[in-house]
Formats: sequence, C-alpha cells, structure tokens
Amino acid sequence: MSQSVISRWNPRELALTVLFLAPAVVGLGAFVIFPLFQAVYLATMGSDILGNPTRFVGFQHFEELFTPDFGAVLARTAAFTLMVVVAGVVLPMTLAVPLSQRLPGMRVFRTLFTLPFAYSASAASVVWLLMLNPAMSPVNWLLQLVGVAAPGWTTDSGWALVTVAGVTVWMVSGFNLLVLAAGLAGLDEQVLEAARIDGASGVRHFTGIVLPMISPSLFFVIVTTTLTALQSLGQPQVMTDGGPNGATSTLVYSIFNQAFHNNNSNYGLASAQGLVLLIVGVLLAAVQFGVIERRVHYR
Amino acid sequence: MTSTFTYIWLVVAAVVLLFPILLTVLGGFLPSIDLLRQPPNLLGHYTVDSYIGALRQTVVPLLPAFGNSLFVGLVIMLAHLATSCLAAYALVFLRTPLRTPLFWLFMATIMVPYEAIVVPNALFIRSLGIGDSRFALVLPFLANGFGVFLLRQAFRQFPGELRDAATIDGCGHVRFLFTILLPGCRPAIAALAVWSFLQGWNMYFWPLIISSTNNSLNTLQTAVFALRSNDSADPGLLLAGITITLLPTLLLVLFGQRWLVRGFTAGAVK
Repeated sequence: MSQSVISRWNPRELALTVLFLAPAVVGLGAFVIFPLFQAVYLATMGSDILGNPTRFVGFQHFEELFTPDFGAVLARTAAFTLMVVVAGVVLPMTLAVPLSQRLPGMRVFRTLFTLPFAYSASAASVVWLLMLNPAMSPVNWLLQLVGVAAPGWTTDSGWALVTVAGVTVWMVSGFNLLVLAAGLAGLDEQVLEAARIDGASGVRHFTGIVLPMISPSLFFVIVTTTLTALQSLGQPQVMTDGGPNGATSTLVYSIFNQAFHNNNSNYGLASAQGLVLLIVGVLLAAVQFGVIERRVHYR
Repeated sequence: MTSTFTYIWLVVAAVVLLFPILLTVLGGFLPSIDLLRQPPNLLGHYTVDSYIGALRQTVVPLLPAFGNSLFVGLVIMLAHLATSCLAAYALVFLRTPLRTPLFWLFMATIMVPYEAIVVPNALFIRSLGIGDSRFALVLPFLANGFGVFLLRQAFRQFPGELRDAATIDGCGHVRFLFTILLPGCRPAIAALAVWSFLQGWNMYFWPLIISSTNNSLNTLQTAVFALRSNDSADPGLLLAGITITLLPTLLLVLFGQRWLVRGFTAGAVK
C-alpha cells in the first residue's frame, strides 16, 4: 500500500467504509464463517440425550464416514446429482433451441415453461406425489394406454431415487430454460449467418457454432444445477422420507436425519457429514471452474 | 414444414411440463370424487369448498403461515438489498485497504452450502433464546454473499464520468449512492429483489427445523408438508393449500422474469 493512498484517507471516509461493510461482514461472519469453525468443533463432540455437545469423542464421527453405509449415501448423492444435472440441462436445451426461432407465440411458450420455477421443494414434491399416486395418477394412466405397467414410483427402492430426481429436474427446468434462452437470444446473427453460408447445418451447426457461443450460459446452468441437486432436501424428505430402505437418503437428507429427524439430535455426526458436503461442493466447483470453464468461450 | 414440428414438440412439452401446474390450480376447485379418478377429471364440478376448507382447517392453520412466509420473504429481500448495496458500494467506491480480501471473503461465503452449517446455526439460535420468535426464521439470512457479488458487478459497470461529475459537484458518498447510483442500477437491484424474495418464500430446511419446536412458526412451505403428513388430508385440500403458497411466486415468475434475466445475464453469465 503506497504512502499516497494512506494519506488520502480521511476519518469520515474511513468511518463510512466501516459502517457500510459492517452489516454484511457481521451477518456473514456470525452465520456463515463462524458456524464453519463451530461445525469442525461439533464434529469432534458427542451429544447428550438433549443434543447438547458434552464430551470430546475425537475422530469417532469421522471414522463413521468411512463405513459402507455412508459410502452408499455418497454414491446415491452422486447418482442423484448426475441424473439431475444431465436431464436438467439437456431438457431445457431441447426447448430453448426451438424457442429461439423467430416464430409467433414463442414468448408465450417461454413464459409458460418457466412457471415450474415458482414451486418450492415441498410444493413440487406434494403435487408430484399426487401425480404419481395410483388412485389418480395421470402418469400411470398414460402408461396404461400404451400397455406398460407403472412401477411403484416412490415405494419401489429401484425407482425412488429416479422419481425424486425427475421431480427435481422438473423444478430446475424453468430457471435453466430462462438462462439458456437468454444466452441463445444474445447470439450474434451475423456469425450464425456466416456459418450457414459456409454450409454448417443441423447437428454440426449446433455443436460447432451454437454451443460454444452460449457456453457461458451453459456453464452457469451446469454450476447452479449441480449445487441445487447436491443441496436438495425437500424432495427426498417430503416424497419418500429417505426411503424406501434408505434408497433416497442423500447427503443432505442424511444430515437432516442425523440431527433433526425424530429427535435424533446426533449433532456431531451431522456436522461431520456437513463438512463432507462442504468439501464435495468446493471440489466440484474447483473441477467445474478449472476444467470446464477453460473451454468456455467468452466474447 | 420444420416450424410445424417445432410447434408440435413445444405443445407436447408444454402439456407434459405444465400438467402438474394445471392440476394444482384446478385441483383446488374440484371435490375429491373428481380428483380420485384415473386420470383425475379436471372438468368436474367446480367449487371453492377446498379453498375455504384449506383456510379454515385447524390442523395446520394456513393464514398465520402465510403471514410468516410473507415476513420471511420481505425481510430477507429488504435485508439482502440493504446489506448488499452498502457492502458493494464500499468495495467499489470507497478506498479500503482490505478491499480484495474482503471481496474474496464474500465470494467464499457463496461456496458454503447452507446445509453444511445448519447444525451450528440451529444450536446458536436456540442458545440466543429467540427460537420462539419470528426473527429465528430470518436472522441467519440477512446478509448474502451472492447479493454483494451481483451488485458489485453492477456498480463497477456504472459510468465513471457520472461518478466524477457528481464528485465535482460536491456530491457526497451517501447522496451519490441513493440519488444517482441506485436509480442507475435498477435492473440489478430488481433482479436481486426478485431472487431474494423467492429464496426466502421457498426456503424449506431452516423453517422445518425452527417450526419443529414451535408450530406457530410454520411457513407455508412447512405447513404444506404438515398438511400432507396428516393422513386425513384430501387431495383437493392439499392442492388448494399449495395454490395459496404459489400465488406470490407465480406472479413474480410471470411478471418478474424479465428483471431476473436482465440482472442475472449482465452480472452472472458474462
């Protein structure tokens, strides 16, 4: 810091700086940064029956993270996240591309398609439970029409995770479509026209010209969808309560289950699992920013 | 010819993707005889009984929950706007020696998933002794790193000549912020407002924890879950309840999406 910058400070501006930064720093410090350290401390503590951290248990909770049970939780979380990200990006893309054509009525369609964005996790979960409830299910009815027997969407452990992922895809598709459509709307017409004259068409035109041009939007959608999927609680908790037989017990559901479900109050293990969630999130972001973003084409 | 295929595909996708929304809104107007059929008869006997029933039922009172949700959405929105505006202003326009480390600190908080620190926060709120007040629902969410980031991007794009002209005219920081900068950055501020309200209104994990010890702190989101857990709930009642939780957010998504797109694509995508 050079001398001249320091000498230009005046007390009034310094006071203003502190005053302006204080609310955000205090809020984030007290409820984001400090709790992180506290989570590390809690992870080494055992709880009494009321959940108060009372005794030091060392690495016991971390050892429980290296069990097959928790390995299954991580595998489930990975499968769930992968399904949601792939389908949650590809499906909106198959809608955003036709919507970017200059045809009448496209604005109405785009507005309609973003409506699922209004649903909260619990609202979407309850509505989809009814959609899949055999007593009224329009989905099962459609399957019957084509002669397929509907599976037990939320009761069959082979299907439950797929069902919960499908509902999550439905929830994120609205926002993702919004972002992808905005990316496609910002494309440079002249470049597209030049490519067309050069004979690029169909799939090659899309993968070679359009995709690289909207890669910033695509990247943004992939990162936000990954985080949403990784942090989903409402869908597995409301639709299946982690079941059947733990088939939908993802990492965040497991945190909720250990700490708050049925007065379990196992705050130590939940905190240790929370730290795993943090590390997984940071690693995923590092990979996405390090590997994928290098291929993102910014104008 | 290809445009015909485009329309066919879009109509099919619209029917599939929007049917749950149609069922939500219409289902609340139908008696369970029409709903409990495969497929549900959406052309049945329309009545407002379920809406009245949903508002009157006493198992999980919805009106106080509506008040709590509104409180959560509005307080979080206003608090995000206030804390983010001030912090972003300091980061862009005030000479702070800690400018860069503070910016990275704010960015780092975006990376922390809320679910990773929910246990210490719940214990902290309980130890403060405010677990029974509405403030427990919002206190951990008054500041937000993403808001600071979004507004910092917007403030940095503000034309430097306007800033210089204001300084020469003797315009101080506070007056510049409120009379020139904020009106000039309306799209970003509107985007943050819409986003923050949706975040607060649709929040689920935290209200679930807070209201588990005190039912009067149910928000609409946890109330809907509690309604569904109650075995006697009929589908019409549930759907009417959900439509009530959707009213503000459907309106926001319908009318606020232009702001969302403009604010986000300027700040976050580029």
